[in-house]
Amino acid sequence: MKPTDTKAPDYFHKVVDCQWACPAHTPVPEYIRQIASGHFAEAYMINWRSNVFPGILGRVCDRPCEPACRRGRVDEAPVAICRLKRVAADFKEDISDRLPVAPTQKNGKRIACVGAGPASLTVARDLALLGYEVSVFDDGARAGGMMRSQIPKFRLPDSVIDEECGHIARLDVAIHQNHRIASLGSLLTEGWDAVFVGTGAPRGRDAELPGRKEAAAHIHIGIEWLANVAFGHVEHIGKRVIVLGGGNTAMDCCRSARRLGGEDVRVVVRSGFDEMKASPWEKEDALHEGIPIHNYLMHTAFLHDNGRLTGVRFEQVRAEYDERGRRKLVPTGEPDIVMECDDVLVAIGQENAFPWIERDLGLDFDEWGLPVLDPVTLQSTLPRVFFGGDAAFGPKNIITAVAQGHEAAISIDRFCRARPLDRRPPPTVELASQKMGIHEWSYDNQISEEARKKVPLKALEDTLADIRVEVELGFDVRLACAEAERCLNCDVQTVFTPKLCIECDACVDICPVECINFTADADEPDLRERLKVPARNTDQALYVADGLKTHRIMVKDENVCLHCGMCAERCPTGAWDMQKFLLNTALAGAEAPRT
Amino acid sequence: MTYLAKPRLLAATAPRNALGYTRRDYEGAISTLCAGCGHDSISAAIVQACFDLDIEPHRVAKLSGIGCSSKTPDYFLGNSHGFNSVHGRMPSVLTGAALANRNLIYLGVSGDGDSASIGIGQFAHAMRRGVNMTYIVENNGVYGLTKGQFSATADKGSKSKRGVVNSDNPIDLAALALQLGASYVARSFSGDKEQLVPLIKGALRHNGPAFIDIISPCVTFNNHAGSTKSYDYVREHNEAVNRVEVILPRDRIETSYPPGSLRRIVQHDGSILHLRKLGEDYDPTDHIGAINHLQERHALGEIVTGLLYVDNSAEDMHRHLNTVEKPLNQLGDAYLCPGSKALDALNASLR
Repeated sequence: MKPTDTKAPDYFHKVVDCQWACPAHTPVPEYIRQIASGHFAEAYMINWRSNVFPGILGRVCDRPCEPACRRGRVDEAPVAICRLKRVAADFKEDISDRLPVAPTQKNGKRIACVGAGPASLTVARDLALLGYEVSVFDDGARAGGMMRSQIPKFRLPDSVIDEECGHIARLDVAIHQNHRIASLGSLLTEGWDAVFVGTGAPRGRDAELPGRKEAAAHIHIGIEWLANVAFGHVEHIGKRVIVLGGGNTAMDCCRSARRLGGEDVRVVVRSGFDEMKASPWEKEDALHEGIPIHNYLMHTAFLHDNGRLTGVRFEQVRAEYDERGRRKLVPTGEPDIVMECDDVLVAIGQENAFPWIERDLGLDFDEWGLPVLDPVTLQSTLPRVFFGGDAAFGPKNIITAVAQGHEAAISIDRFCRARPLDRRPPPTVELASQKMGIHEWSYDNQISEEARKKVPLKALEDTLADIRVEVELGFDVRLACAEAERCLNCDVQTVFTPKLCIECDACVDICPVECINFTADADEPDLRERLKVPARNTDQALYVADGLKTHRIMVKDENVCLHCGMCAERCPTGAWDMQKFLLNTALAGAEAPRT
Repeated sequence: MTYLAKPRLLAATAPRNALGYTRRDYEGAISTLCAGCGHDSISAAIVQACFDLDIEPHRVAKLSGIGCSSKTPDYFLGNSHGFNSVHGRMPSVLTGAALANRNLIYLGVSGDGDSASIGIGQFAHAMRRGVNMTYIVENNGVYGLTKGQFSATADKGSKSKRGVVNSDNPIDLAALALQLGASYVARSFSGDKEQLVPLIKGALRHNGPAFIDIISPCVTFNNHAGSTKSYDYVREHNEAVNRVEVILPRDRIETSYPPGSLRRIVQHDGSILHLRKLGEDYDPTDHIGAINHLQERHALGEIVTGLLYVDNSAEDMHRHLNTVEKPLNQLGDAYLCPGSKALDALNASLR
């Protein structure tokens, strides 16, 4: 097998599973260590640089980092990364002197961002720090976009959104609220150097079924209803509520309904429980509030009594998979089920809509109504218009919108400086030995064997009584530190120097998870089976090194390495070393290498 | 040197043996030996061998004397019986234990100081009595605990870390064991587990005195140029006579070696030793041939490793002495101490 090139920046990055999985590549272990040492402001600033909205994301992020967390492969549950992020936001001291300020001398370039959601605000922050004059136009009363309008206050209080949007507004970004852009064409005539479109996916998909029109008064589109709840336009709902759909919006709908008078609130989904789009923890939260989830029921009709909604009819279905693994829902043939209700919330998906973009501007759209974009630069076919967030490739999540905001800001900056957009600035990478003494490291290498900590919740009766009361209390400092200690420090890499190795096997013998091997060379599939513990997780790399005296190779399965450093402590020659790998993705303004 | 205990977190795919144990279940306390010590590798090889043989930890008694090597039983088989004896006296304590209870698997762990210097008399007599045991010597050629003076197994002409040349003749414990009647004799190297683990497995399944001389470099005092027990020197001068594979009665036999290159030896307990010949023809059942081969190769400066000798029809001390089958602790007081009448009868029978 080919020896591993650890100089390639992606190799060690992939070992840091959480950071690799994060769309914005937040240096997770780095900030968790700061939390463990009580440095909350430092932890917050590491997050702020990467993901712009630590307090918001610490509550409502989709957390792709957690399913990726190595701890989940050697223990029952991953580190509660998301909730630790909230800890940094909750306990940070005053950070006003840490936040950068925008240069007073502007660079003369004017940028318009349409929408004030996470993508637009990320673009605004990154560019404002470089001296761009950024104006944000938003049709809402307050900044935040879908974070403000679609996420219920009991999950994300307004105060957190105000604080983190405020950090951006203070960078001389002109945020124009209640300012709807009705025409891209006329916006373009205003002489902006570049325009960023971050208008989200604002249209909720409807359920076109018999009875829909007749019973319209009590059938609501999920995200529209949530926005009306968020802004106080809706304060009540019927006692019996059916929520159609199995995504996170459906979970927000049912939990909101439960707080606005819904007593018999139920979620009805076409798919099975495990295949639902909602995150497992959001389903858990709904179940915790006494909301049942009914699976494998396909809505077929709204029932009404002269226009007054009385219920929904469902066909019973089951999942069948074809040879390519694609799912098809087929009727089971059992009798239909009718559920009575007073209101229905339809949360079966979201779509993009760009009624304000004229189709004769040279900005192309594809067959699904999405703008044609370069997937890396996010530039549209109209060179000075860029897209990001849900507006770019359809509904995803906040952290993806932030990541795309960073990329778009890099593109806009390069576009304004007439640099080629396809040449991207690389991340900065540091690799530094953590050795302090014979068995002393500058990171805490003792592995905590404690189970994942549960976030304390406010009493159910209190939270169900008031839709503005936040459900999660967040970790206290003691729980936060215990949870932070569960982090395996995957960014502290095991670095092997073959020419120092005397092949004494000390590392092989001490490794608690038996992931180090010295063996005869072979092809990767063969090698994976021959290791002390077979390396069957092919998503995880084998670290291979040659140049040993016996002509064997060193093979380390990265999959379950605990980064405990025992191999390096046992190595008599320093052939193993623990080195901290710190990768920061480039932000706008960084230079691409000359080639 | 680490002072941290190994975390218990384990890969889900970590292999388990027939008893449901992982290798980790056969480990002991965390080692306090120097980083890179060959002894730790031998501990790991013992762990692997016991794991592979599905040995129940409570069926093993591990005994040792004094020295770096004799500390190691603390670092493996944490759930087995253990006895740290006086310096060089492990063979006698082991013999006594074996006499009292033949149902346990006896594992003696010693070093070149413990067995070739202070305990050489004990070593010799345990071998000639035919005690059913596995006797491992972790042989590094120096007294590591007292800063690296030459031990009795250090080769004549080898150089100490400070440049002193050894002028004494070495004791070859494997040759001695052969001469004294050990019925399973092997030599191996701590840095070659592929060879070492099967040799330990074969010894544990052998009925009779099994002796393994394991060259185990002392990284702190005997791993320099001029040493004949360094990692580099042993790798360069290692002449393996065979490769062993231990096949248990429950295993399916699958070998793809060409006919004639493989030799099968069935041990007393039904386990089979598959010996793959390396290089020239070597017959590990030829007692005199084995002794000669060791002498010849030693004169050439080679270190002969592998299974040097095995007698599959060996008898052990219990057979020689015609002792009672049941462990003494299961016999009961009346049987063990039958009283003055029985003594009178015995005395009368001898008059």
